[in-house]
Amino acid sequence: MTSREKFTYFIFHHRAGLTVWGLAPALLFFPFYYDNPYILGITNLVAINVIIVLGLNLFVGYAGQISLGHAAFFGLGAYGSALLTVDYGLRAWPAMGLAALLVALVALLLGGPVLRLSGHYLAMATLGFNIVIFTIMVQWDEVTGGPSGFAGIPPLTVGPWIIDDEFRFHFLVWAITLIIITLCLNLVRSGVGRGLAALAVDERAAAGLGIDVKKEKVKIFVLSAILASLAGSLYAHCFLFVNPDTFGIFASVDFVIMVVVGGMGSVWGSLLGAGLLTILPEFLDIFETYKDIIHGLILVLILLFLPQGFVTGILDIIRTRLALKRRQNA
Amino acid sequence: MLELIRVNKNFGGLPALNEVSFSLNSGEITALIGPNGAGKSTLINCVSGIIPCDSGKIIFKDQDISRLPAHKITRLGMTRTFQNFRLVPRLSVLDNVLCGLTVQAGRSFIKAMLRLPATRHQERRLRLMAQEALDLFGIIAKADWPLAALPYGDKKRVEMARAFVAGPDIVLLDEPVAGLNPEETAEIAALIKQMRRNGYTILLVEHDMELVMKVSDQVVVLDSGRLIAGGTPEEIRRNPLVLEAYLGKIGAAA
Ligand SMILES: Nc1ncnc2c1ncn2[C@@H]1O[C@H](COP(=O)(O)OP(=O)(O)O)[C@@H](O)[C@H]1O
Ligand SMILES: [Mg+2]
Repeated sequence: MTSREKFTYFIFHHRAGLTVWGLAPALLFFPFYYDNPYILGITNLVAINVIIVLGLNLFVGYAGQISLGHAAFFGLGAYGSALLTVDYGLRAWPAMGLAALLVALVALLLGGPVLRLSGHYLAMATLGFNIVIFTIMVQWDEVTGGPSGFAGIPPLTVGPWIIDDEFRFHFLVWAITLIIITLCLNLVRSGVGRGLAALAVDERAAAGLGIDVKKEKVKIFVLSAILASLAGSLYAHCFLFVNPDTFGIFASVDFVIMVVVGGMGSVWGSLLGAGLLTILPEFLDIFETYKDIIHGLILVLILLFLPQGFVTGILDIIRTRLALKRRQNA
Repeated sequence: MLELIRVNKNFGGLPALNEVSFSLNSGEITALIGPNGAGKSTLINCVSGIIPCDSGKIIFKDQDISRLPAHKITRLGMTRTFQNFRLVPRLSVLDNVLCGLTVQAGRSFIKAMLRLPATRHQERRLRLMAQEALDLFGIIAKADWPLAALPYGDKKRVEMARAFVAGPDIVLLDEPVAGLNPEETAEIAALIKQMRRNGYTILLVEHDMELVMKVSDQVVVLDSGRLIAGGTPEEIRRNPLVLEAYLGKIGAAA
């Protein structure tokens, strides 16, 4: 190989890692350049949503399943951290871990029976789960604070620093998000990831490749629930207040829309989808007022014309065109 | 190597497999032929565990696998192709072949997510295996193409490469030349013979009599779920029962 070929090969081979490391300094310097707390508040929320959407995208986009209940896991993580820190006096980080563990258990118990379903039935079952959890958050007010929410959650601390403003939270939440992006990129590039992609195409054929379909589906469901729970905990410690409205079924639908806009099975698409749908309503008034209608329309249009999702759909078309052109020239 | 003993399978009361018994010899190609709807795909599905059979025994490596789920049978060393593609359009050609090494790649989510040096090393080794298989099946030049851009004939090769890449003890091929032109068929026939020389045991389900006669050591004939004959290609060619049940129908259709 010439040195130039070696260079391109290196770039191509390490493209995922290089992108993460390229993104890191950009994120590091962003708040120094632009330290408006309002903007940082929004980008912090983007990071939290990215964590959920990454997990959901593995489950929906990669493994070909559907969930309209991930806001429930998000909420369980948030309320879990709130209750464990305020009522049980746990420190924030262990509370976050314990909440995630409990959510994993819930996902395991739910996933066993529910993941035997597919398509509309799976969507309805997970939606039902979300409604149950939401109702508990609203009704059980001596524990959850009911519709008015749960306040007084302590901020996170890292060593001597108390993470109590947007500026500090920015570094923490994006560091965690970058780590999770890396973990997800690693997962999809592994045998496990390829197995999930095969499972999405045809479960019987996947079993013929040696994949324990039932188990793998539960595992990826649990993983996505854990990520949603971690995001929930971060949310609770970011806003120091939680309220059931954040975790209703419309939130679940929004997460699915973020997956679809970014692209099914695309880790980077998750970043884009979560970013776009979190930021746009803040800047476009029309978007805010008619949010649900616009979200619904986006979903319908994308699923009609680019069922693999917006960004991935377009990239796939381009890639296939290029390869077809090469095929003609060859 | 593989032995079927009185295997039965009914679909809604209609027998698709009726007391089917035969065995595969190690290192040989056994062809399974029969008219459309004879139950050939059903037989492959039962053997590979994709659908459970109703009764009978399927012995593979001294073990009755008739009640095992498909993924366990695959892990014992049996792979297959499908009559209709079950490839992953979203993945590249190379990654599709790597899907055939899912068992070897391991199942741990945590290991996969951490991608420690051991995992990287293993991925590199598996990649080499997949590239070798692509080379063997003559599609290495298209390794990084998205699968969707491949012509039909090449997809058939990808499926075969995926079935052979892990070095299984038995490979079940369900109509590997269906829909191919004579030239492509001859190429696939050469590949199948090559795989036999490499020591593989193969069950070949096929419609194309010429291919079957050319490559197989043993032929078994299925008609309406019943095994009606078995023997060398020459014997089958002369067997009046086969001529009537199978070749006759083809003659009538032609
Ligand atoms: N999943 C199924 N449900 C009901 N009937 C089936 C199913 N699969 C196959 N059959 C029936 O079983 C018979 C054998 O089919 P098949 O094994 O596909 O035949 P072949 O592969 O030899 O053409 C056919 O009559 C077919 O209609
Ligand atoms: Mg068939």
